[in-house]
Amino acid sequence: MSISAPRGLASSGQKPITEILHPLSAAEEPLSPGPDVTVSGGRDKEVGLTNGTPVETPSPASASVLFNRLHLDDDLDPDTRDPYADTETHDLFVTVDDPKKHVSTMETYITYRVSTKTSRIEFDLPEYSVRRRYQDFDWLRTKLEDSQPTHLIPPLPEKFVMKGVVDRFSEEFVETRMKALDKFLKRIADHPVLSFNPHLNAFLSAKDLNKRQGLALLTKVGESVKSVAGGYKLRVRPPEFCALGEYLDTFNQKLGTIDRIAQRILKEQSEYLTELREYGTVYASWAGSEEELQRPLEGMAGCVTTCCGALEDMSENMSQDFLPVLREYILYIESMKNVLRKRDQSQAEYEGRLEAAVLRKQEDRTPIPAEVEKCQDKMECFNADLKADWERWQSNKRQDFKQLLTGMADKNVTYYEKCQAAWESLITVLQDKQTEDKTSETN
Amino acid sequence: MIIETKSADPNQTIFSALSCACAENRQQSTLPAQLTAAAAAVLWQPITMADSVSSEEVAVISNTDITSTESENNIINTMVERGTALLRKLEINVAEAEKRTGKNTVNMQETYTVYLIEIRPAETEGGTPAAPDTLWRRYSEFELLRTYLLVTYPYIIIPPLPEKRAEFVWHKLSADNLDPDFVERRRVGLENFLLRVASHPVLSNDKIFFLFLTEEKGWRDAVLETGFQDKADSRLKSLSAMFRVKNPDKRFTALKQYSDELNTVISQLLRIRARVADRLYGVYKVHGNYGRVFSEWSAIEKEMGDGLQSAGHHMDTYAASIDDILEEEEHFADQLKEYLFYTDAVRSVCRKHELIQYELEMAAQDLVQKKQQKEELATGTVRIFSLKGMTSKLFGQESPEQKESRLAALEQSIQEGEETVKEKNTECQEFVRAAWDDIERFKEQKDKDLREALISYAIMQISMCKKGIQVWSNAKECFSKM
Repeated sequence: MSISAPRGLASSGQKPITEILHPLSAAEEPLSPGPDVTVSGGRDKEVGLTNGTPVETPSPASASVLFNRLHLDDDLDPDTRDPYADTETHDLFVTVDDPKKHVSTMETYITYRVSTKTSRIEFDLPEYSVRRRYQDFDWLRTKLEDSQPTHLIPPLPEKFVMKGVVDRFSEEFVETRMKALDKFLKRIADHPVLSFNPHLNAFLSAKDLNKRQGLALLTKVGESVKSVAGGYKLRVRPPEFCALGEYLDTFNQKLGTIDRIAQRILKEQSEYLTELREYGTVYASWAGSEEELQRPLEGMAGCVTTCCGALEDMSENMSQDFLPVLREYILYIESMKNVLRKRDQSQAEYEGRLEAAVLRKQEDRTPIPAEVEKCQDKMECFNADLKADWERWQSNKRQDFKQLLTGMADKNVTYYEKCQAAWESLITVLQDKQTEDKTSETN
Repeated sequence: MIIETKSADPNQTIFSALSCACAENRQQSTLPAQLTAAAAAVLWQPITMADSVSSEEVAVISNTDITSTESENNIINTMVERGTALLRKLEINVAEAEKRTGKNTVNMQETYTVYLIEIRPAETEGGTPAAPDTLWRRYSEFELLRTYLLVTYPYIIIPPLPEKRAEFVWHKLSADNLDPDFVERRRVGLENFLLRVASHPVLSNDKIFFLFLTEEKGWRDAVLETGFQDKADSRLKSLSAMFRVKNPDKRFTALKQYSDELNTVISQLLRIRARVADRLYGVYKVHGNYGRVFSEWSAIEKEMGDGLQSAGHHMDTYAASIDDILEEEEHFADQLKEYLFYTDAVRSVCRKHELIQYELEMAAQDLVQKKQQKEELATGTVRIFSLKGMTSKLFGQESPEQKESRLAALEQSIQEGEETVKEKNTECQEFVRAAWDDIERFKEQKDKDLREALISYAIMQISMCKKGIQVWSNAKECFSKM
């Protein structure tokens, strides 16, 4: 456990680091809900961490709030969970829609319309409408990962699809992918740090996204993280990040199971549907050889057919809306794990350098180089960013799954309601005939 | 109403006349005039007015909330309210089933099931229900009774017994005859059988049937004493022989065809229904996995945990609910099966009619031949080839005495032949009349019963949908509280 005393370095933000409780230290003061979060809009040149984009930093109180939130969520009001809730001014809105097929001599591909509405000054115009293809989204993601390594980047829908198995141009596939891309952009737009990334700006506004040019905005942090050539190995991961890692592993497993279950249900339902259709046709053919029973039997056939239709609708829904979201979260978990690994690397580097420096100090009284302190800052920033993003992610996850599962339950209820209505109207038909007969008999 | 066979096509006249007669008879339900009193005593008791349509009460179900058991009872009620004399006096139940072990005919130990038949006098106003008379019967005894009825009343569509072995099984149901669910369904089927016989205008008056219900020990002997076994054997032999009727009765042909179609379509339906049940079982049971995974997931969550956990329980409930649902649906399958087996009984009646008609045709043909022979003998012209004629031609004429005696013998034979034809004719007419009466009754019953079955099936489906809505609404609430 390497806990060091806070250094006299200013980290990004307004307060000097001494006043900011080290995220790794145990915070013993009682916490009040409702973090006091302030936004720093301008650049802070003191910090080697900044990449030139404004970074929002939590104030001291909220840092420890964050820390404790990892363990003691139960008594906190859910609405105050998002530490950035107060800061989100919702001044950037993006939408992905209107898929179109493009056919050229070299290839065929789909583009989507990306519409933006914003009041931010970082953008030249209040509105934009551009067309982007999947490649462009992939580019954006890569750029974001590179330039904001301490942050969790939302996942993209799967890049590769097996040519024989899935039709890349089918309405269903395109629709599903489009929804996922929309979600991807919305998550980024909602993120207090990522939404200010210049790559995003270019993605949303540039008429022609010239990728080869690239934007020379590789951050120092990015470079320095990348330059950690694996020479440093992390000894111990701090407990709260261990908990995070364990959670991610278990959650990943559970999601995988749920995905398998959902797929199995779809398969079973599809086979049930096949048999049910045949079942309906037998009633129809039976009706042909009956007189009195003709109408009732035709009614049965019709009713069964209606139920088949309702089942088909539900299955389609599940496969289009439910499964993709599950898969997306599995990708999200992968992203999160990657960030965690990078965080580990930054910690490892810091600890490594510190150790070396201390040894040298002991030998020949060389003071601890500024480099080491920079590393510490990096690591602390990383930790803070990660934790903040983690909170966000947890909150979003809760919302997303609540919506997903409620939706699933809802679809099932609708399915049964449709079937019930069909059977009830059949009974009316069957019983009406009876009353008809009875009247005619007694006449 | 005796119709002479005249031309080469005797049957045409019989049947056209009969079809009018039958129509008449159905309205009036009176006894055919030419039956002897003895025959009447054996075959028919005075058919009560309960048979006619106007006094029939049909249970009309307007409330869709009735359970399927109630609906099944409604079917039994439509039978009972037809009001046979027997059912006015007695209430019949097959109350229980029990396992017994004993030595069989080859002195080997076997386990079998016996069923308890309860008879109690029909409830009178203000009277306390009396204790029932009971006796035990096993399935083979029911089979014996049915065979007796088949032979004794060949013109009646005899109600079928529940199946001997479980067929159209979907994977969960055991095909084992000693499986409690199978035994229970068989118990219901046997009770159904007894009620159907008891509510039949003709069969309900049979003495052997009455003894079946009342005489535990002596019944077997009584049945065998009727000598039905011999009739059964001879009938079976003739029925299995291949024969073709020259002028088949169109109505019976149509009926046989319909019966075959019904058999095919019900078999298909039962097979597919079993497959549908199997698939539905799969769908429900897989949802049970959600229960487990939600529970495991809830362990690593904080505020989402409770919602997930409770939702998981609802998924377990959902998965478990399919067992009862499908067990109930077996009921519908049983109702279909009854009519599947009924088609065999209908076919059997058609075959018996064919046999009787064939015998009539043979007798008529035989008579015609004999008459021709007589004519030839009398006039000396040979129109038909006969070995006797040829030999007499080849080896010389016979003496006038020989001729006389031959003529006399032929005359005798012709008279006997004419008697036979008359008998066969009557037999055929009576068969057709009685059979067609029963066929009409059967058709009405079938339409009613199957409609009821469809209604109760629809009710079951509605109940299943309601359960589904309940469970998923509960789950939805849990999810929304996550």
